[in-house]
Amino acid sequence: MIGVFRAAWIIARKDLVVEARSRELAYTTLFFALSCVLVFSFALVHGAESPGADRATDAAFHSQLAAGILWVSIAFSGTLALGRTFERERQSETLRALLLAPVEHAAVYLGKLVTLLVLMFGVDLVVLPVVGFLFDAPLGAAPGLLLGVIAAGTLGFAAVGTLFAAMLVRAHSRDVLLPILLYPIAIPVILAGVRGTAAIFAAEPDLGSAFLWFSMLVFFDLVFVTLALWTFGPAMGE
Amino acid sequence: MTDAVFDFREVEVRDVSKHYGRRRALAHVELTGRAGEILGLLGPNGAGKSTLLSVLATLMRPSGGEVRYGGRLAQEVGDRLRGRIGVLGHDLYLYGDLTARENLEFFGRLHRVANLKVRVDQALDAARLTDRARERVSGFSRGLRQRLALERSLIHDPRLVLLDEPFTGLDDASTTALADRLRSLRDAGTLIVMATHDFDSADGLVDRAWCLQSGRARLLEAAGPGLGSLRERYRRALVEASA
Amino acid sequence: MVPALLVIAAILLAGSPFVVDAAPYEASMGIVSKIFYFHVPFAAAMLTSTFVSGIASAIYLIRRKPVADFVALAAAELVTVFGVVVLVSGPLWARKAWGVWWVWDPRLTMTLVMWMIFAAYLILRRFGGPGSEVLSAVVSIFGMAVAPFVYWSVNMWRTMHPQTSVVPTLPSSMAEPLWWCMAAIFSLYAALLLVRVGIERNRAALEAAYIALED
Repeated sequence: MIGVFRAAWIIARKDLVVEARSRELAYTTLFFALSCVLVFSFALVHGAESPGADRATDAAFHSQLAAGILWVSIAFSGTLALGRTFERERQSETLRALLLAPVEHAAVYLGKLVTLLVLMFGVDLVVLPVVGFLFDAPLGAAPGLLLGVIAAGTLGFAAVGTLFAAMLVRAHSRDVLLPILLYPIAIPVILAGVRGTAAIFAAEPDLGSAFLWFSMLVFFDLVFVTLALWTFGPAMGE
Repeated sequence: MTDAVFDFREVEVRDVSKHYGRRRALAHVELTGRAGEILGLLGPNGAGKSTLLSVLATLMRPSGGEVRYGGRLAQEVGDRLRGRIGVLGHDLYLYGDLTARENLEFFGRLHRVANLKVRVDQALDAARLTDRARERVSGFSRGLRQRLALERSLIHDPRLVLLDEPFTGLDDASTTALADRLRSLRDAGTLIVMATHDFDSADGLVDRAWCLQSGRARLLEAAGPGLGSLRERYRRALVEASA
Repeated sequence: MVPALLVIAAILLAGSPFVVDAAPYEASMGIVSKIFYFHVPFAAAMLTSTFVSGIASAIYLIRRKPVADFVALAAAELVTVFGVVVLVSGPLWARKAWGVWWVWDPRLTMTLVMWMIFAAYLILRRFGGPGSEVLSAVVSIFGMAVAPFVYWSVNMWRTMHPQTSVVPTLPSSMAEPLWWCMAAIFSLYAALLLVRVGIERNRAALEAAYIALED
């Protein structure tokens, strides 16, 4: 048991050291996330409303929009980061070398998951204020719960994404197959994330609702991580 | 999960087959190896050499047949079996963004190598890379990477060493050095299985060899006076196989 | 087994229009509500199939028995096929009952998501290359894990979609036609599943024969 966590940490630390050196993945993923926010904002928001006009409905619409755009950006940039992380392991087939370590394969999954989470949480922490700024969203209304919803949702997405990206490393058409497989399964997580975030961003924050969505996200996280740990080993041994 | 060290002196491949749908990669392969031997798998590309090495490395499950390590199946022994196997793949398994030293340290830690620093220094020395230890591997030539990759595969003192085309891209000096290294490993009791199509380098190095073609393995005659070079014995085996 | 099931299914299905016709009209929706008698059984069969596929996939992942893989594949296909029926019959009903083809409520959304998960399973099988049997098994297991939310999502939040508590409280004049159609559609499901598994078995036997031929 300790062996699994120890090995996972060795793997994660290696990835984080590599990333800290070049920061290629961090910069590109972050920039992509911000581009997503802008693209979706331009696509969905109609021009500049005058400040006084009907603030109530504007606010309701904007809180939904802000939440949705935030989560779409997280999902898309997360998919990109997943693809890049495992593309690196594909060169020189180093994923096979990891699977040759004398420890349960689940350690490889955990190590990769930790690395991805560090990356995605970093992106979350930058994109969240940007969205708050663009949509005048009340980030301070319930900061703890807000961060909880974001973290739990990101974890759920990353848990399934890491599993699928690793599985697809040696498959054909893996670039396009990852979103095709990942998005339908991640939709419940994203849905809960959006609803929870929107409840907090609303003009009158509905914290009871938000907490319900948060609990649902935690439940998804438990189910997905557990399933991923069970299935990773069998799936990777051809 | 027990931490007891597992070891074996013999590897048996019994009637191993591997197919993907209608495509057959290995067909009823039988071979045995003992500690202190160098075995050769000879054949053209696509003959099944890499597949057989993957099966021996426990990375792939055969469609039929079994592989026994010291009489036991991989599933019986568990994850620690991999601690006794070292693999030098065709793609070398090195992280380009890490330095030579970091690569060795990383894999050494994963394999829980004792006295890691000393072992890494020894490995760098054996690969003659001590003065380039702090350079990133992405800047190395193929030959240098090959030397480093070999040491990486040996850093945990494996009982079974699997090499896929180890002589690719090596100059004469490196080839001789590699052959000497393999011989000293064999004398120390390691079982080495090497897939290659470089007959000249393998001649005189391998104790026994199999000719692989379309997934089938055929044992070559042992070396002896008047029997010819490895290449000639290989050709004879091919002729017999098609007869 | 298969012929017997097909005969049963055929008889039940042939009788179903008459049975449904005899049922009383539902108060608010008129004749359109009779889609209920087909929509619900197909939805139930679709949901059942996700569990069949998920469980078979788990068995395949652990034991690597080929027949488990065949069942997982057949069940996944049936999820998508029966899913199409559900996702077409539902909106037909919705258009008349609610005035719109679709609403974004949890049950409809989750049913569509289930459909997409298993459609993705099939795409992976088709385009993923060798080894995709094992990978798709993982997809199927996750699909099964998400499935309970389809059923319970209606009860967890107030939605436009009728509650699941409607079924147990039906008057017998409506319950009987429903169970008739359930029996019909489930026999059809079982028959289709067995036929499809049989096809996969034959395909595998053919491939084994090709390989044996080379020996």
